Amino acid sequence: MSVTKKFTYINRKAPYGTVYALESLEVVLIGAAFEQEVQLVFVDDGVYQLTKGQDAAGIGMKSFSKTYAALGDYDVNQIYVCEQSLADRGLTIDDLQALTYEDEDDDWAEKSSMNLVNREQLSDLISNADVLLNF
Amino acid sequence: MKFAIQINEGPFTHQSADTAYQFTKAAIENGHEIFRVFFYHDGVNNGTMYGVPPQDDRNVQALWSDLAEKHDLDLVVCVAAAQRRGIMDEDEAKRHGKGASNIAPKFRISGLGQLIEAGIQADRLMVFGD
Repeated sequence: MSVTKKFTYINRKAPYGTVYALESLEVVLIGAAFEQEVQLVFVDDGVYQLTKGQDAAGIGMKSFSKTYAALGDYDVNQIYVCEQSLADRGLTIDDLQALTYEDEDDDWAEKSSMNLVNREQLSDLISNADVLLNF
Repeated sequence: MKFAIQINEGPFTHQSADTAYQFTKAAIENGHEIFRVFFYHDGVNNGTMYGVPPQDDRNVQALWSDLAEKHDLDLVVCVAAAQRRGIMDEDEAKRHGKGASNIAPKFRISGLGQLIEAGIQADRLMVFGD
């Protein structure tokens, strides 16, 4: 399959409470096998998906927060976090997992996958997507 | 144009299941191609043949099965979402030790890769429901 499209995943919901965050991660990991360009956007309550120190044991759910750290190994290294959504919730980028990847074009140097974006950049990301999947 | 359709809601609670059907039907009638219809999340509930809505109500599953029969549509139910919600074909039912299958005619069970492939192959992926 030679077509390469830009798949942009919009993550809008908290990690627990609905199934969407878990499903999004599932689609992203399965989709990685198709070697498409992948962008992950975290906006609104979706920014909570990346917060550090999660433990879902108390609500009887499977914790999946550690899986995000594996995204870099799947060549998913374009992570965009809405800075306004963070600020609205009293969070900063330091409250989030520092996701990284190893750059094969730069002697496998470890680089950050995290990008803070404002509303305007967010709207550009959405406009430029070929396939937009909302979770 | 070549469309792929994603349906995230079950029948009867959300109109989006009906809207997806109406959109698909209208697209075909207007000469467009439907690459695939992918049933995801609660949308897998559109694919059980055991629904018996009142006679004066529409039967969303039957509408899909008929449309697929007529136009040879590829109706795919997400396997992981289906297993969680008890939608099974014969192989799945046997594998999980369940008494009977319930998947409706013309629906088939497959994985999320089918959704990604649909996104790649279609000109537009249309998503219905949350």
